[in-house]
Amino acid sequence: MAAVESLPPGTPSAMRNAFGTVLSALILVLIGVLAFSIRLFSVIKYESVIHEFDPYFNYRVTQFLSKNGIYEFWNWFDDRTWYPLGRVIGGTVYPGLTLTAGTIWWVLNAINIPLSVETVCVFTAPVFSAFASWATYLLTKEVKGSGAGLAAAALLAMVPSYISRSVAGSYDNEAVAIFALIFTFYLYIKTLNTGSLFYATLNAIAYFYMVCSWGGYTFIINLIPMHVLLCIVTGRYSPRLYIAYAPLVVLGTLLAALVPVVGFNAVLTSEHFASFLVFIIIHVVALVYYIKGILTPKMFKVAVTLVVSIGLVVCLIVVAVLVALVASSPTGGWSGRSLSLLDPTYASKYIPIIASVSEHQPPTWPSYFMDINVLAFLVPAGIIACFSPLSDASSFVVLYIVMSVYFSGVMVRLMLVLAPAACIMSGIALSQAFDVFTGSIKYQLSSKSKDDAEDNTSTKNAPKDDASSGKADKGEEVAKERLSKKGKKKEREPAEKPSVKSKIVKKKALVLPLEASIVALLLLIMLGAFYVIHCVWAAAEAYSAPSIVLTSQSHDGLHVFDDFRESYAWLSHNTDVDDKVASWWDYGYQTTAMANRTVIVDNNTWNNTHIATVGTAMSSPEKAAWEIFNSLDVKYVLVVFGGVIGYPSDDINKFLWMVRIGGGEFPHIKEADYLRDGQYRIDSEATPTMLNCLMYKLCYYRFVETDGKGYDRVRRTEIGKKHFKLTHFEEVFTSHHWMVRIYKLKPQKNRIRGRVKKLKQKTTSGVSSKSVKKNPWM
Amino acid sequence: MAARNWIFAVAVAVAVFLSLSTFSSAQDLQIVNAERRIDLSSHIVKAFLTLKVENIGKDPAADMLLAFPPTQIKNLAMVQALAVMGKKKKKTYLPLDVKPTEQPDAPNDAGYFLVSFATPLGPGETVTLEVLYILTHSLEPFPVEITQSESQLVYYHDSAVVLSPYHVKQQTTFFKTPSTRVESFTSVEPANRAGKEIKYGPYEDRAPYSYAPVIVHFENNSPFAVVEELVREIEISHWGSLQITENYRLTHGGARHKGVFSRVEYQSRRSITGSSSFNALLAVLPPRVNSVYYRDDIGNISTSHLRTGFKKSELEFEPRYPLFGGWRATFVIGYRVPLEDYLFEAPDGRRYLNFTFGCPLVETIVNKLTLKVVLPEGSKDPSAVLPFTVNQDLQVKYSYLDIVGRTVVVLQKDNVVPTHNVPFQVYYTFKPIYMLAEPLMLVSAFFFVFVTSLAYVHIDLNIVKK
Repeated sequence: MAAVESLPPGTPSAMRNAFGTVLSALILVLIGVLAFSIRLFSVIKYESVIHEFDPYFNYRVTQFLSKNGIYEFWNWFDDRTWYPLGRVIGGTVYPGLTLTAGTIWWVLNAINIPLSVETVCVFTAPVFSAFASWATYLLTKEVKGSGAGLAAAALLAMVPSYISRSVAGSYDNEAVAIFALIFTFYLYIKTLNTGSLFYATLNAIAYFYMVCSWGGYTFIINLIPMHVLLCIVTGRYSPRLYIAYAPLVVLGTLLAALVPVVGFNAVLTSEHFASFLVFIIIHVVALVYYIKGILTPKMFKVAVTLVVSIGLVVCLIVVAVLVALVASSPTGGWSGRSLSLLDPTYASKYIPIIASVSEHQPPTWPSYFMDINVLAFLVPAGIIACFSPLSDASSFVVLYIVMSVYFSGVMVRLMLVLAPAACIMSGIALSQAFDVFTGSIKYQLSSKSKDDAEDNTSTKNAPKDDASSGKADKGEEVAKERLSKKGKKKEREPAEKPSVKSKIVKKKALVLPLEASIVALLLLIMLGAFYVIHCVWAAAEAYSAPSIVLTSQSHDGLHVFDDFRESYAWLSHNTDVDDKVASWWDYGYQTTAMANRTVIVDNNTWNNTHIATVGTAMSSPEKAAWEIFNSLDVKYVLVVFGGVIGYPSDDINKFLWMVRIGGGEFPHIKEADYLRDGQYRIDSEATPTMLNCLMYKLCYYRFVETDGKGYDRVRRTEIGKKHFKLTHFEEVFTSHHWMVRIYKLKPQKNRIRGRVKKLKQKTTSGVSSKSVKKNPWM
Repeated sequence: MAARNWIFAVAVAVAVFLSLSTFSSAQDLQIVNAERRIDLSSHIVKAFLTLKVENIGKDPAADMLLAFPPTQIKNLAMVQALAVMGKKKKKTYLPLDVKPTEQPDAPNDAGYFLVSFATPLGPGETVTLEVLYILTHSLEPFPVEITQSESQLVYYHDSAVVLSPYHVKQQTTFFKTPSTRVESFTSVEPANRAGKEIKYGPYEDRAPYSYAPVIVHFENNSPFAVVEELVREIEISHWGSLQITENYRLTHGGARHKGVFSRVEYQSRRSITGSSSFNALLAVLPPRVNSVYYRDDIGNISTSHLRTGFKKSELEFEPRYPLFGGWRATFVIGYRVPLEDYLFEAPDGRRYLNFTFGCPLVETIVNKLTLKVVLPEGSKDPSAVLPFTVNQDLQVKYSYLDIVGRTVVVLQKDNVVPTHNVPFQVYYTFKPIYMLAEPLMLVSAFFFVFVTSLAYVHIDLNIVKK
């Protein structure tokens, strides 16, 4: 009502505001649509299917959740995996993603929209990318206004790094976690700007959602304390900061402890200690400020010396206790992945299983260009813009980008955390640059038209138009010249410099020449266009393949290699429900999800010994391998072999990891035995150990009969041992392109007389193994 | 309808009459000549029986009995009879009358089908009947388990003479095998084999219920494609299309595969190995079919090929892997056809769907077929009309934005063979106004959202005025 009363004087501006709000809402909706639709390339080019490895596990969990309900889900003990150990899924999984998709599915079905669980899972990631871009808008708006917000949201909607993890079908934790991350940051900044306890509470809830979704929540709980500390150190302490931080730590930690997978880790592991330390510090600081407020300056000085000396002692004691506690645990209270973040060489030294995953490797320079493209150039400009002037919010964003650059440099997977920061920075940079250029164009034009108007008052509008159009033409010409002469380097400079200056000198002094600003604008637009083209290309070509179905384009049309699903379907329909399938852990999730068979190891690499056992079996000769597998009740062994069609990520190429991981636990497996002069080879030069190990035999069994020579198209060589027979295994299935081969363990041979004693022992062990079979968790 | 009801009434009356005085009726007829041709070339056994029936009694006979041994009666998918009238053939479909269990003269639980004549057969008159009956699951693989390279041998059990409650004056039986490889056949003189044909007979003057068991052991490598369960869902949308979704659970019903499956042998020596397996299937779909998909639980299956035509469309497809004996596969085929081809308005104002029953796959047996016709929301009084008996049931299904749910007519039949692919009708009443329910609902929902946001913007919830 107040607005209505104040309308008459300010009608045009009110209208303009309303128009601006509607326009930005419309733009946001379009950005959401863009974020969603750019991720549908995988559905259009391939099909609506779950991608890769981990998404299959999440999909299976979601299926279980939607079928059995939330309470069953918390108590779910999965006996289909890690046989005979099993896995407590409810207590070891980050439930955010599955609960989200399960809720969406439940709501849709409640209003009679019968979408399958699979469809919901496939489209969860694109939907949440739209949410994430809206959250980016909110965050950037808090930092630098809605213009920057819109630019950042548009950039995030199509940043390749994020697309790579959130295409339709890529149903992984990161899909919702990035939204949760940005949204938590937004609420933190919002609280910091408003000092509202309401937002602080929301912030804790958003943090809870993040904890539910992804192990990367530790990034938040370390970054925010760092920022708080930064603010305190730089003398920016305010009650708003206290409101923003203290409730988050208390509520957030309590809520985080509710998530079974985190539980007491929320107070026990080192990842969380920074937050508690800062919590203490902020209270000390708050107390100091409070006392400063009620005491005279003189008294205050006395009090400071008193408190500081006592406080230091107390702090020292607390820290000492903490250090002692932490030091008593073997890894210093840090999880392996976190440690490898702090010390990039940690994993390769101690945990081969972490090092063996390609996404845990440090990224290469091209991958930065591939994943964030021109944002890499815009980020410095954005950082500079954030310093003019530096606010609490903008200092947070700067801290965010600095930290994420470091983490992305350690682990290629964390490029994902960098992407939002880069988008925010670039959004700020772009928006500031546009502000300056359009502002100076406007100023120049208006001053010109004023001159014109003074010159001849008879025609007011026509010359203005003429002048502007003429200038525009000129500007274009100049732009062309510039481009041809100096190329891309020039693009950045005008974008950076003015944006820096703009804030310092502000409207008054900074008016760029008209031509220069037009050229710079055009160059900026071209930069944006280049980014868009790159993103669309990345989304369409690089990141859409579901990896369970491969395609290749050859002169006689499109070839589809659907061997994985062929063999999973075969397993699920033609083997017994309780049969155990052994394969390398990469295929564990897919086997349980698609074939519904019990596996020995899977992608949740929680038990290194178990994986090492499978690795040892694969690296052992046939007889030994048979014994290992038989002791694990395995009935089928599945290997992936790319030698026929040239599929490079097959088991032979992964084999050295099996040897390493197996050798780590069972010293009789030595990596050197499989290498000839330090080289890994499978041709006639290969070592006898290599040629007799189970993996070699299962992959190349009767391979020579395909072409008569046994030419392996991946290794580009003829295999070393061509004709051999299997004595303890028999081939039961090989897929159409030989990519998946499944072997069955032959039953034990009848014993000969005279070995009665052994027979008796064996039968008793047989009985015990049977009882194990019934109760794998006992 | 009327004619059918009348026939049915007569049949019931006759059945009651028969059970009271069976003997006299049974003895009044005799079969002058019986010729039976049994086609064993696929796993669906088709028997063509030509009977020349004479009434030797004094009263006109309205019907006659067909008898089947108990081993066959449970595998009997269908019996059809045509009366051959004069020179040109005139088809008369007679109702299936399942087992009017006659106590004294039903040796070993023989099953009966009652065939009613178009006009009662007067004393001394003769009539020629063409009877077609189809048996499923009647070829018993022997050996029961074979390896990849062996071909499949099966047993077929039958009688050399026609089982009949009537006296048969003269008869012959022919067995047609798929190849010339016949391991053995029981000899009941005179019996001989020429090429793909085994001939039993002619036999003269056989008493009622004569039975001479024979076993034919021969090679049959035709695809034993058995659909264990097929659920077809036909969803009628009055907005212009019919969506059909078919869920298959397919198995290879022949001799079980044992031991190794070697891909290299299967690929390089296709002619010798895996001869009993099958890889390609053919589904005959309606013409003007569109949006065809072929997938299973874990995604799309890329090995399929669709040919559309004016009379019919053919979908050639392969399961994910070749099927050997005992192997299973599940898949879903879905497609859409234009509504105007299949939905009509009856003279009484009701609408009816006219669609094909059965399974679109050629040469397959369906053990259990469930056909669900999902009528649009708001439809009333559904009734299904079929040329044979099926189990009928009504269900309710909730689909996109439904409130009261859609009525589903469920038709269920066991042991379905391609001969069952005949049109059936489902009648229902429907008011077109119901078509607008869902769009209106959506419109009002959006309207509500905008009104709420409008209200929210204009409401000042602050306690203290700013």
